[in-house]
Amino acid sequence: MATTETYVGSTVLRKEDPELLTGQASYVDNQTMPGMLWMAVVRPPYVHARITGIDTSAAKAMPGVVGVFTAEDLDLGALPFVWPITEDIKVPVHYPLAKDKIRFHGDAVAVVVAETRGLARDAAEAVHAQVEELPAVTDPEAAMVDGAPILHEDLGTNVTVHWSHGGAGDQSVFESAPVIVEERYTQPRLIPNAIEPRGCLAYGVPAMGEYTLISATQIPHIVRATLGGVVGIAESKLRIVAPDVGGGFGSKLNVYAEEALALATAKATGRPVKWIEDRHENYVATIHGRGVIHDCTLAGTEDGQILGLKFIEIADLGAYYQLLTPGIPELGGWVYMGPYDPQTYWYEFTGVLTNATPTDAYRGAGRPEATYVVERLVDAYARRIGMDPAEVRRKNLVPRFTEARTAISGLNVDSGDYHATFDKALEMVGYEDLRREQAERRERGDVKQLGIGLCTYIEMCGLAPSNILGALRYAAGGWDACTVQCLPGGEVVLKIGTSPHGQGHATTWAQIAADALGVTPDDVRVLHGDTAVSPLGMDTYGSRSVSVGATALHLALEKIKEKARTLASHELEVAEDDLEFANGTYSVKGAPDRARTIADLAASAWHAHAIPDGFEPNLEATAVFDPPNFTWPGGAHICVSEVDTETGAAEILRYVAVDDCGTVINPMIVEGQLHGGIAQGIAEALYEEAIYDDHGNLITSSMTQYLIPSATEIPSFELDRTETPSTTNPLGVKGIGEAGTIAAPPAVVNSIVDALAHLGVTDVGKPATPERVWEAIRRAEGGAA
Amino acid sequence: MHVAVTVNGALREADVEPRTLLVYFLRETLGLTGTNVGCDTSSCGTCTVLMDGESVKSCTLLAAQADGREVTTIEGMATDGTMHPLQDAFHRNHGLQCGYCTPGMILAAASFLKENPTPTEAEVREALEGNLCRCTGYQNIVTSILDAAGQVSAASA
Repeated sequence: MATTETYVGSTVLRKEDPELLTGQASYVDNQTMPGMLWMAVVRPPYVHARITGIDTSAAKAMPGVVGVFTAEDLDLGALPFVWPITEDIKVPVHYPLAKDKIRFHGDAVAVVVAETRGLARDAAEAVHAQVEELPAVTDPEAAMVDGAPILHEDLGTNVTVHWSHGGAGDQSVFESAPVIVEERYTQPRLIPNAIEPRGCLAYGVPAMGEYTLISATQIPHIVRATLGGVVGIAESKLRIVAPDVGGGFGSKLNVYAEEALALATAKATGRPVKWIEDRHENYVATIHGRGVIHDCTLAGTEDGQILGLKFIEIADLGAYYQLLTPGIPELGGWVYMGPYDPQTYWYEFTGVLTNATPTDAYRGAGRPEATYVVERLVDAYARRIGMDPAEVRRKNLVPRFTEARTAISGLNVDSGDYHATFDKALEMVGYEDLRREQAERRERGDVKQLGIGLCTYIEMCGLAPSNILGALRYAAGGWDACTVQCLPGGEVVLKIGTSPHGQGHATTWAQIAADALGVTPDDVRVLHGDTAVSPLGMDTYGSRSVSVGATALHLALEKIKEKARTLASHELEVAEDDLEFANGTYSVKGAPDRARTIADLAASAWHAHAIPDGFEPNLEATAVFDPPNFTWPGGAHICVSEVDTETGAAEILRYVAVDDCGTVINPMIVEGQLHGGIAQGIAEALYEEAIYDDHGNLITSSMTQYLIPSATEIPSFELDRTETPSTTNPLGVKGIGEAGTIAAPPAVVNSIVDALAHLGVTDVGKPATPERVWEAIRRAEGGAA
Repeated sequence: MHVAVTVNGALREADVEPRTLLVYFLRETLGLTGTNVGCDTSSCGTCTVLMDGESVKSCTLLAAQADGREVTTIEGMATDGTMHPLQDAFHRNHGLQCGYCTPGMILAAASFLKENPTPTEAEVREALEGNLCRCTGYQNIVTSILDAAGQVSAASA
């Protein structure tokens, strides 16, 4: 229905909600098919072992078991790895079912398909792998040493990749500068923990060789482009559907063994096959994030000028590469200057295989790792020179810029106003008052000390310009696509290549279309996540959906308007220049009663009874957008913590965030993304850590040992924003999915160190558990004695 | 074995394997897939339903333990097509993103608000301790429940 209301920039309640709120969602485990089998995966309880035999006989004999398959039974190709970041990178071969060796707990050696979920699991337990156990290594530094157990003998080493940014500026400052700060920071592995585990349902029409995979994935298009080769199905005969997906955070940005195995067993049995991950499998077989160690150097002046930043990183890659594994540290390699302007830059990393779950993109993917060490280092520098950390940041933040500028890392940053976000955050939190209170508590020697943790950050979003991806040796492009169809009945249908899992695209995209075409968001139907419906797309990750996908939508809408103008001009018998467009209606200038709405024109373009010569019937348009640059959000987060110096327990008293993600389409959704991102960042800072024992067993192997914070551990957040439009796309949008997770860990850990700085504490580790904080206090006391 | 459970007001009977968990009885025997499963250690609260009005984790109970009892799932919260005040409050306050934890959150909140119709923010947070959400950072969930509490108590005042 035509409307004069505009929606972009306003809170519109989500179109997605009714189904999700009433139990009608389409999550993969909610779907079933006649004749459907259940698949269970056999993961033997070994970390590193040579396979000498697999006994499937007992399992095969069990009632209800339809098939038991090992690598020999299914002729599967290797799983895709699409980012060989250097020419000489060593790439381990990664089969869906292990052939010669088990290299981590998640490695599978067989699958069972059976009539029920329970029977499949019972039978999986009856499959026995005969193995020769081998020593394991899960510490990446230990894995680098000569004599360490080698995971992939054909590679001859666990050290498979070394990537260097190449540096910029005069590297001698790291020796000659008046102040040199050197720190080592360790960031443990994290388990993404989407609350919906992974899962998939594969079925086919065997006679036609056509197969469909419904999968809890963020990337149906990339799965389609890469999985066919693994299972021997032509891409054109493979359809991937991402239904409602219960969170991803990067963990579903992958092409997994189980997706291949479900398709392969559906093909082998001629029946639909469903697999649903349990949480333990999620902990061992779905990717982990982080797992990095940085040696950091800051060169600066005595009065707070940062001259150079240098980072040498070791990245724990795990037992194989998943889709992007070694690309994740590299992705961070472009943002180690933060929002500052050092004249010298160095970044390099070494990737190491270990007997642990592969690491890959976890919310932020490389940029949280980078931002954490930069922001910790800037605070260490401030302490060294005795300057307020806010003052050091003010002195070094790049001044406001509205046209792209080249950062020292070599990429062009689209726009930024870092002082504005930082000043606003300092004002909101009442920085001077907090410093006074901190001084008073220190003076009194209070048990509970106050800490103020700062983080000013930038991030690189909107993946990505295809030519840059090519230069970085990534196998795919970074464009996205949208088709807009104006149906004759007045509905507007958007078929878009982005694929959400909680981000509210159906609402946000509808707002953009509603404004462009003068309808309401309720008139707009957004279709996504199905390669048969929207065959062109590059999916959802890296805060790319709005800046790439919605820009494609915007461009398609512009084409629709042009086409509609041509038809209106024809029907109203005036020149196109004599038309004006407002509220979804073309009208003749000076004669507003002579008008056609988009809905009118959609109907006449559809019946096509009287269209101009050369006019293609239907009001439909497709646009593909390849962004000319990344987008670069930025902002300032401040965490105020109270640390109990007797127990080491830290409590967050306040959390203030001022972010700039460019133009905002739906402020409610933007704030929701920030809330969730900050909470995940707080979790990373204070609670979460995947821990392996010396034998390579994952100790934190369930939600009872891996501490995901609940509502009692997470505070309410105080948010504000500035809007500095991106120059990368016509909407001015930048993306907001990862900002919170990037900014929060250093803000929180800095606040704890800040609370204890007067005691001589310089680091508390991450996560800053009470035990670690208590030990840091004791160590500092010992050092002072 | 045979179980008879009143689910969302209707008596539902079935023969199930003795090891069948209540959540799979609801999801797979009855086809009520609104109740989700998120873990295998009773940690995440995603599978929360009401049994005789009290919130329980349906992955921790056998279907047999629900025999003769009344169970309410998310599918039973709306009446005559009108959303329950909690569902409506979650919608208006953006209390959900991916939606996977949402049914459990709403059922846990429904049970809690019956015990404490006018809670403080801290009490709401305490009440949600057994329900994990990875998307929202909890803030809008807490706001939603406080909002619904206001409506429920206003309506009964």
